[in-house]
Amino acid sequence: MAKANVHSIESFGSVDGPGVRFIIFLQGCPMRCLFCHNPDTWELGKGQEFSADELLDKAERYKSYWGDEGGITVSGGEALLQIDFLIEFFSKAKLRGINTCLDTSAQPFTRREPYFSKFETLMKYTDTILLDIKHINDTEHRKLTHHSNSNILDCAKYLSDTGKKVWIRHVLIPGITDKEEYLSQLNAFIKTLKNVERVEILPYHTLGTFKYDKLNIEYPLKGIEPPSKDSIDKATAILKQGLEL
Amino acid sequence: MRTEWRGFKGNKWKSEVDVRDFIQNNYTSYDGDESFLAKPTKATEELWGILKNLQKEERAKGGVLDMETEIVSSLTAYGPGYIGEKTKELEKIVGLQTDKPLKRAFMPYGGIKMAEQACTTYGYQPADKLHEVFSKYVKTHNDGVFDAYTTEMKHVRHNHILTGLPDTYGRGRIVGDYRRVALYGIDFLIQEKKNDLENMGDREMIDDVIRLREEVSMQIKALKGLKEMAASYGFDISIPASNAREAVQWLYFGYLGAVKTQNGAAMSVGRVSTFLDIYMTRDINEGNLTEDDAQELIDHLVMKFRMVKFARIPSYNQLFSGDPVWATLEVGGIGQDGRSMVTKNDFRFLHTLENMGPSPEPNLTVLYSKRLPDGFKKYAAMISVTTSSIQYENDDIMRPVWGDDYSICCCVSATQTGKEMQFFGARANLAKALLYAINGGVDAKSHEQCGPAFRPISGDVITYEEFAPRFDAIMDWLASVYVKTLNLIHYMHDKYFYEAEEMALIDTDVRRTFATGIAGFSHVVDSICAIKYAKVNILRDETGFPIEFKTEGDFPRYGNDDERADEIAVWLLKTFMNKIKKCHTYRNSEPTTSILTITSNVVYGKYTGAMPDGRAAGTPLAPGANPSYGAEKNGLLASLNSVAKLPYEYALDGISNTQTINPGALGHDDVERANTLVNVMDGYFSQGAHHLNVNVFGIDKLKDAMEHPEKEEYQNFTIRVSGYAVKFIDLTREQQLDVIARQAHETL
Repeated sequence: MAKANVHSIESFGSVDGPGVRFIIFLQGCPMRCLFCHNPDTWELGKGQEFSADELLDKAERYKSYWGDEGGITVSGGEALLQIDFLIEFFSKAKLRGINTCLDTSAQPFTRREPYFSKFETLMKYTDTILLDIKHINDTEHRKLTHHSNSNILDCAKYLSDTGKKVWIRHVLIPGITDKEEYLSQLNAFIKTLKNVERVEILPYHTLGTFKYDKLNIEYPLKGIEPPSKDSIDKATAILKQGLEL
Repeated sequence: MRTEWRGFKGNKWKSEVDVRDFIQNNYTSYDGDESFLAKPTKATEELWGILKNLQKEERAKGGVLDMETEIVSSLTAYGPGYIGEKTKELEKIVGLQTDKPLKRAFMPYGGIKMAEQACTTYGYQPADKLHEVFSKYVKTHNDGVFDAYTTEMKHVRHNHILTGLPDTYGRGRIVGDYRRVALYGIDFLIQEKKNDLENMGDREMIDDVIRLREEVSMQIKALKGLKEMAASYGFDISIPASNAREAVQWLYFGYLGAVKTQNGAAMSVGRVSTFLDIYMTRDINEGNLTEDDAQELIDHLVMKFRMVKFARIPSYNQLFSGDPVWATLEVGGIGQDGRSMVTKNDFRFLHTLENMGPSPEPNLTVLYSKRLPDGFKKYAAMISVTTSSIQYENDDIMRPVWGDDYSICCCVSATQTGKEMQFFGARANLAKALLYAINGGVDAKSHEQCGPAFRPISGDVITYEEFAPRFDAIMDWLASVYVKTLNLIHYMHDKYFYEAEEMALIDTDVRRTFATGIAGFSHVVDSICAIKYAKVNILRDETGFPIEFKTEGDFPRYGNDDERADEIAVWLLKTFMNKIKKCHTYRNSEPTTSILTITSNVVYGKYTGAMPDGRAAGTPLAPGANPSYGAEKNGLLASLNSVAKLPYEYALDGISNTQTINPGALGHDDVERANTLVNVMDGYFSQGAHHLNVNVFGIDKLKDAMEHPEKEEYQNFTIRVSGYAVKFIDLTREQQLDVIARQAHETL
């Protein structure tokens, strides 16, 4: 029985997966995205411990709100860092008839064993994946997150090949990810995928900056303002160009 | 059979007053969507344009457009009044409270001092003769109450542990069955009342019977007055309405009679939507009415409800901010036989918020059930998303108690239409009671010995064992003095300010409820949790009097679906209600309670000292049954789950919950937001929760509206507060800040 390190719980999510969702934010993340609004989820091994059953009992308190579509979403941090827990959690959720959704950057993804088999098992119990692609350009991706994007794009391909339902999400940061060239490249990549249900722009916001002060970490994107509605609309249009969603 | 009743089915309602029977036999439920709805007609646009300008003028003049200073309001005090002389012909539904739109009537029967002060506050000087008559020759409700108040009652009132008592204003909350005017005409109703009078007191002539005989005679006079009032507009309402336009007009005359004679805190319209739809459907089937016409009738009726005004004093406005009248009007609901009672008219009433923009009045209330037709649920949710102007109450828990023909008589209180009336009782501040338990009955604000003088908690730390019996004793005392005070107030209200017109439209053999209320609910729950689960240190001033609390350690809080806190919440409600039940209530009324504060949470908070849950002295209490600000740590649904646990059977007067949701947290677009909202309400109400006020907007909009109230977009920006709706810019700055301070549910 794996235990989860949980950062926090939100009883009401309606934009992180289909319908109304109970969201579990797991603790720990390998990425260090410059725009991250949850730096308090970075550190590994912290947070409150919960077993899968404890969390499912908690989640089921909200079953009456889920309607036909809703369910649970595991987010982070980076949820895939706790893949053993996820397998148990989602398999048990499926036994209870709960819709499951995984919100991930896919950074831990690899086709190497033993990880890959675990990932395949997890996918059996996962209904929808929210896949954050931070940057389409590998060099820029490294600058932005301190990691390469090659295994992330590979994950996207794998999910496409296996026909898993995916929402692609992309944070729009003025001056960093909003260049037309990059957006078009990302759009071209998404077009190669056969499993995409939704493509979403997540406008960069500064609501998490107070956490940096609290943690005594310098905020790396100081001075960058959230994108205007205009540029959000433009970016959305480019990203969805030619896609039938 | 009467020609006005052509085509109507059923028999029972024809021989005696039984509007429910008429509705059940004749309504056509509608399961479709909103696509049939009509835009406003030219006449509607023109009239509403005039009204909007008058509202603007009213605001520019400090909140009052015009006031009466010579004439005492009555059914027939004025001749006919119109929105404008030139646009008279455009008004499909007519009738004003006074001779001019938005002009406030002079209503001295609640208390002459208050009526005068209401005038002078806004720069009007009432005529000397009014003062003379109502201080020398005619006694008012307020005089009666203060003649009889005991020293203790004055004390609890002065110390604000009981607040908002209807001793200086009309108690309201009585919903005449205005539909009776349309269905039966006045003459039939007079005859029925005469029959009642004949059959009353043949064997006994005791004070109850004498009083009732006098009241029914007053009711008959009021019905005659109503007929005269309608005649001045050129209508003969002695006979039933013969078509939809007449039905709407007759019904409105019934309501107008109420607001001409009473300035009650809540003057609800009632459940009229499905009833009126029967007439509309008949006219449409007969080819005499188009959808445009039907919508126009509803738009014009609603326009009239939006114009109802009363002259109020500043202390009243602080309690009930934003000039509300609680012209509460219900749509939706399911019948006892399982059929949906949603008709096209229910859509039309909601549609007024699109045709004429958002508005706090009438206080549109959706009687919610998971079983309501999908199309209606989605449309109502969409209206919430775009206007934040409507509230929801759980029909599935109210129907078993009140049947399927109840109205909401204020914010959240149900009452069987035409069968019941209510003694409105404001509320007891349990937060203060908790402090009395610690302070030995001494008030933290005034330092007076207000409650019984038992031994205060003398140690540095409050133990639960010391606290619990003291709190129990204080609640006992408070419940007793509270009920006694209300008994006295309602005795005097019946005597000096009897609601003859409204009661004329209610059965003579009326059932009465006695509606008490609780303020400071969440703070009491959290403070008890702090005492029980953490260490509460008392900080004292130089005289040894507790002024603040330092709480060490974590403790559960109401609003997180945490059983430890929520079971204390349930215990608190049950305990207080049981203490109320022990007391004798006036006219054998049935005691109920509510967890509802309106906007008075700000004023109540001002008079309440610091509390063990960390709430600072003088700051607003959380409104109604809402969890305390900042206490909710697990999001909206956890908060809703906590509130849903409060048992409605113990708070039959209502459990109010107001939530503000950021649009971004509800979904990407309005359709998605409306769907999410339907899911949220299905989940919440299926757990037995009672009420939900839904606001959908962000903090930024509130802040901007507070700083720039002059912007056109904010003129009708409506928000839901505890149990009713207000224009945000009409709130006091203090209340605006309070609304902003409440955590809007938003996920990062």
